[in-house]
Amino acid sequence: MDKTINVTLKVWRQRGPKAKGAFETYKLNGVSTDSSFLEMMDQLNEQLISERKEPVVFDHDCREGICGMCSLYINGHPHGPDEDITTCQLHMRKFKDGDTITIEPWRSHGFPVIRDLMVDRSAFDKIIQAGGYVSVNTGGAPDANAIPISKEKADLAMDAASCIGCGACVAACKNGSAMLFVSAKVSQLALLPQGKVEAARRAKAMVAKMDELGFGNCTNTGACEAECPKNVSISNIARLNREFLCAKLKD
Amino acid sequence: MSSIGKKTIQSITGGALILFLTFHALMNIFVIISPEAYDAICEFLGANWYALVGTVGLAALVVLHFIFAIVLTVQNYIARGSERYAVSARPKGVEWSSRNMFVLGLVVIGFVVLHLLNFWYKMQLQEILGNELEMSGAEFVQDLFSHPVYCILYMIWLVALWFHLQHGMWSAFHTLGWNNNKWIPRLKCISNIYTGIVCALFFCIPLYYLIINLIA
Ligand code: HEM
Ligand code: SF4
Ligand code: FES
Repeated sequence: MDKTINVTLKVWRQRGPKAKGAFETYKLNGVSTDSSFLEMMDQLNEQLISERKEPVVFDHDCREGICGMCSLYINGHPHGPDEDITTCQLHMRKFKDGDTITIEPWRSHGFPVIRDLMVDRSAFDKIIQAGGYVSVNTGGAPDANAIPISKEKADLAMDAASCIGCGACVAACKNGSAMLFVSAKVSQLALLPQGKVEAARRAKAMVAKMDELGFGNCTNTGACEAECPKNVSISNIARLNREFLCAKLKD
Repeated sequence: MSSIGKKTIQSITGGALILFLTFHALMNIFVIISPEAYDAICEFLGANWYALVGTVGLAALVVLHFIFAIVLTVQNYIARGSERYAVSARPKGVEWSSRNMFVLGLVVIGFVVLHLLNFWYKMQLQEILGNELEMSGAEFVQDLFSHPVYCILYMIWLVALWFHLQHGMWSAFHTLGWNNNKWIPRLKCISNIYTGIVCALFFCIPLYYLIINLIA
């Protein structure tokens, strides 16, 4: 069953970080409803190339929801209108014939636009480098079952670890805050015995880096959780607050 | 100061203000239950040293809360970046009040000033200055609320306050690190009910006088 639709796309075009951007409107006909959103973007780019125009630049890599590269703000939602999926997992069957689709880059001080829909998310890498790891002295790997971990803790850590670092939380937040990301990265380690050891140092260093890079102050609106493709819970944010406050109180 | 540090100040000052409002509401409600009892409370608190210390403390809380609110809001505006989204939708599950805390706060503080001019200036300040009061506490209230305009203004104010607190109260717990998937909805529910009761107690008073004066 191959159904096709015709859509109008309003796409943000911006030549470079300093350049002034603007929306361009394109008509795209014969889009299969079986195609993914990114395949639709490929189709748009083929059309643009055949018209000898510059294709639209956008980030993507795995196209299966695990790498966190795809980052489109579609019709007012990071990763589009569907829930709990990334842009690459969004299907064109979610749209109707004749729809106008507005596609914007993540807009946030912490994520400057590189070109068109591609933004620079290296700020997240810097936050991870500040402390989002466990220091290990390499040697023989210990037996995995030597340290007992409760099922509850293991599940919470696993849920936090599902964060793919896409940045949708920052894009969705009216305060441009990165707290959901940072709290997930702090929680996935702080909940486990191996990570607990460095928990205080980690929370302080990562929050300091996050503030330094110009992300906003969280006011618990919850937009991040609602838009996160991996359903990371804001209860991680409260955990980060506690880790951070306890670490500061101990100083 | 770190972002979490600033939020901690907001939550502690905000939480202390909620406690103050609770006592304030419990005392105020007497003005319609029994004006004599209300006057006795006014008499008792009056301009004693502890009431004065309390007043100065409260003023400090409000000033701190207000200053940090401005810092947070300005920083957050900048963090959003220079370009705004052309299309933005409020995702479901996001409270309207949580997105408008500063505006709600401004409405609240505007009315706090009016309220101080209406009551504090005529009651406690005059006592501090050693002047005779023109009327008793309950009479001041009856006098002000004999103007329906004031009743309605106060009622609007209280609704804005409720919206601010309805988000503010659970948010304060969250900021202070009460984390738990089960407790987030419970805390939200408790906050709604608690702040609802506090604001409703206040709300009864102008409403009562509005109705009394309409009937009379
Ligand atoms: C009776 C007066 C007030 C009370 C009881 C109160 C209470 C609170 C509480 C409990 C919070 C939550 C703190 C947190 O999340 O950590 C809060 C946050 C906040 N308040 Fe107030 N507040 C009052 C007045 C004001 C005023 C006058 C302003 C200034 C315009 C203001 C602006 C803010 C802002 C911007 C926030 C941060 C938003 C957030 O954290 O969700 N508030 N307030
Ligand atoms: S918390 Fe969710 S929205 Fe934020 S970076 Fe991780 S996966 Fe993306
Ligand atoms: S392209 Fe990897 S998550 Fe979408």
